[in-house]
Amino acid sequence: MKLDLRLPIGLMFGIYGAIFVLFGLTSDKAIYERSLGINVNLWWGLVLLAFGVGMLVLAVRARERGSREG
Amino acid sequence: MIRLGWVDYTVLLLYLAFVLGIGWVLRRFVRSSEDFFLSGRSIPAWIAGLAFISANLGAQEVIGMGASGAKYGMMTSHFYWVGAIPAMVFVGIFMMPFYYGSRARSVPEYLKLRFDEKTRGFNAMTFAVMTVFSSGISMYAFAKLLELVLGWNFNASVLLSGVIVLAYIFLGGLTSAIYNEVLQFFLIVLGFLPLVLLGLKDAGGWAGLTTKLATVATNAGYPAGAWSESWRHMGSPSANPMGVEWFGMVMGLGFVLSFGYWCTDFLVIQRAMAADSMAAARRTPLLAAFPKMLFPFLVILPGMLAIALHVSRGGFLPLESDGTPNYNLAVPVMLAHYLPSGLLGLGLTALMASFMSGMAGNVTAFNTVWTYDIYQSYLRPGQSDAHYLRMGHTATVFGIVLSGAAAYATTRFNNIMDMLQLVFAFVNAPLFATFLLGMFWRRTTGHGAFFGLLTGTAAAAIQHGLTLPYGAVPGLKGGFLGAVLHTYPSEMAQNFWSAIFAWTACFTATIVISLATRRHKSDEDLKGLVYALTPRQKDGAMPWYQRPVTLGAIALGLTLILNVIFW
Repeated sequence: MKLDLRLPIGLMFGIYGAIFVLFGLTSDKAIYERSLGINVNLWWGLVLLAFGVGMLVLAVRARERGSREG
Repeated sequence: MIRLGWVDYTVLLLYLAFVLGIGWVLRRFVRSSEDFFLSGRSIPAWIAGLAFISANLGAQEVIGMGASGAKYGMMTSHFYWVGAIPAMVFVGIFMMPFYYGSRARSVPEYLKLRFDEKTRGFNAMTFAVMTVFSSGISMYAFAKLLELVLGWNFNASVLLSGVIVLAYIFLGGLTSAIYNEVLQFFLIVLGFLPLVLLGLKDAGGWAGLTTKLATVATNAGYPAGAWSESWRHMGSPSANPMGVEWFGMVMGLGFVLSFGYWCTDFLVIQRAMAADSMAAARRTPLLAAFPKMLFPFLVILPGMLAIALHVSRGGFLPLESDGTPNYNLAVPVMLAHYLPSGLLGLGLTALMASFMSGMAGNVTAFNTVWTYDIYQSYLRPGQSDAHYLRMGHTATVFGIVLSGAAAYATTRFNNIMDMLQLVFAFVNAPLFATFLLGMFWRRTTGHGAFFGLLTGTAAAAIQHGLTLPYGAVPGLKGGFLGAVLHTYPSEMAQNFWSAIFAWTACFTATIVISLATRRHKSDEDLKGLVYALTPRQKDGAMPWYQRPVTLGAIALGLTLILNVIFW
C-alpha cells in the first residue's frame, strides 16, 4: 500500500478526541443543557480518542511486521 | 442560524488540513494515467469498499434521506433494504468478474468491448454531462444550506468546496479521492452517531419514538404505524405517505432503479475497478453492503426524530411558504438542537465531508470517462500516456469549473435543472436491461443494445408525458404530451412506474432487435465479457469469510432480518 490509510485516520481522530476531552473538561456546564445535561464532548471525545489510538496501533504494528519481513 | 465557536472552527480546519495533506502525500505516486484514473489498480478491498459507499454518500444522500425520514418515516429504509443491498450483492457476485476481468477502464469502455462504438459513445456522453450537472446541483444545494444555517456567503462556499476538492484530486488522482472518501466515511459515522443517540434518548428510545410517530401518522390521516413500520402499510398507495404500493416499489425502486444505479453507474463501479485483484474487486461491494445496511439508522432516523419533535412540541422545523415543514432542514436543525459547541463542529464537518466525497466521486468519474472514452477515443487517439495524464489534470479543473457553472445556473434557472434531472432519469432507467442482456446473453448485438437503450429512454419519456401525479398540473411533473391517461397517487409512484416501463421496453426491444440483426462479435471476442463464455471464478481455495457467495448470502440474510424487525 502506498500510504497506510490507518495512519492519517488514527491521527485525525486521535487529535479530535484529545481536543474534545480537554474542551469537555474545561467548558462551561451550561452548554450541555441542549445535550440532555450530558457532557457529550468529554464522553464522545473518549470514544474518538480510543478509535484513533486503535487505528494508530494497527498501523504501527503493520509497519513493524513489514520492516521485519522486508 | 447556528453560531460556531472556536472549537468548531478548529475541527473544521483540522479536517481540511488532513484532506489536503493526504492529497499532498499521495502526489508522488501518480506517474501514469492508470495511477491517476484507476489508482494503478492497487487498492485493498476494505478501502475500496468504504469508498464505494462514501462516493455515493453525497450531501443529497445525508440531507435527502433525513428529509425523506421526516416526510415518509421508516418506509425510507426500502431505499437500502430493498434497493441498495440486493443490488450491491448482485454486482459483487455476478457482474464484477466482467467489469474487472475485461480490464476495461470504465463502464463505457466495457460497453465498447461488449457491443460497439455507438453504445459506448451514447453512454459516455450522457454520463459525462450527467455527472457534471449532478455535482453542480449538489454544490448548489450545499452552498444554499450553509447560507441558510451558518449565514455563510454563497459564493465563498462554492469557491471553498471547489478549490479543496480540486486540490486533492489534482494532486493524488483517484487514490486521493478514495483515501479521503474513507476518511469521510468514518467522519460521517462518528459525527452523526452522537446526534442519533441523543435524539433517541430524548424521545424515550424506539418505543417512545414509535408513540410520538403514531401522532404524526394519525394527524396526517394514516394508520398509526405508517411512520414507524416499513412494509405493513404497502398494500395500497393510499395507506402510506409515500403513495406507493409494494409491487411498484419492489419492481421500480428495488429492481430497476437500484440495480440500475449500483450495477451500472461508473461513479461507484470505478471504486471496485481500482481494487488490487479480482477477488478484492468482487469483495468491494459485498464488504460495502454491511455498513450500508446500518445507514438508515444514521441518516433516516434523525429525520424521523425531527418530525416527531415537530409534531409533539410544535414548530420544531421551519415552515415552507405553503405551510408544510421544510424537510430538507431536518438534519441541520437536529444538529443545532442537540449538539453543543464542539460536537456541533464535528457534525457540521461531517456534513461538509459528505458533500465533498460526493462531489469528488462525480469529478473522478467525469475526468476518467472524459479522458478515456471521449478524448482518447474520438478527439486525440494514439497519444503518449503522459499526454492523457495531463488531460486528466486538465479535465479535473474544467470538471470542477463546469460544476460551479452548473451551480450558478441552478440559482438562475431552477426549471432547467429540474428538466435535466428528468431527462437523466429517462436515460438511466433502461440501462440495467442492457447490461443484464449483455452480460448473460451472448446473442445480444450492438444494434440491439443501442436501439434498445433509445427505445427504453423514449418509453420512460412517453409514460411520463402521458401521466401525472395526484394534484399536479401538466408540465415538468408529467402530462406534457397533451393527454393524461393515468393519475398516480404520488410523484414517487410515477417515477417508479416510468422506470418499470423503460426497463421493460429496453429489455424487449434489445431482444427483438438482437435477433433481427447479425452478430459482429464471435464467441472468442466475448470471452471475459459474457457469463457463459467466461471461466467460472474458483473461490474454493479462499477461507469462507472471503468467498463472495458466502459474504453475499450473509448480507442478504441480515437485510432480511432487518426488514422483518421493522416490518
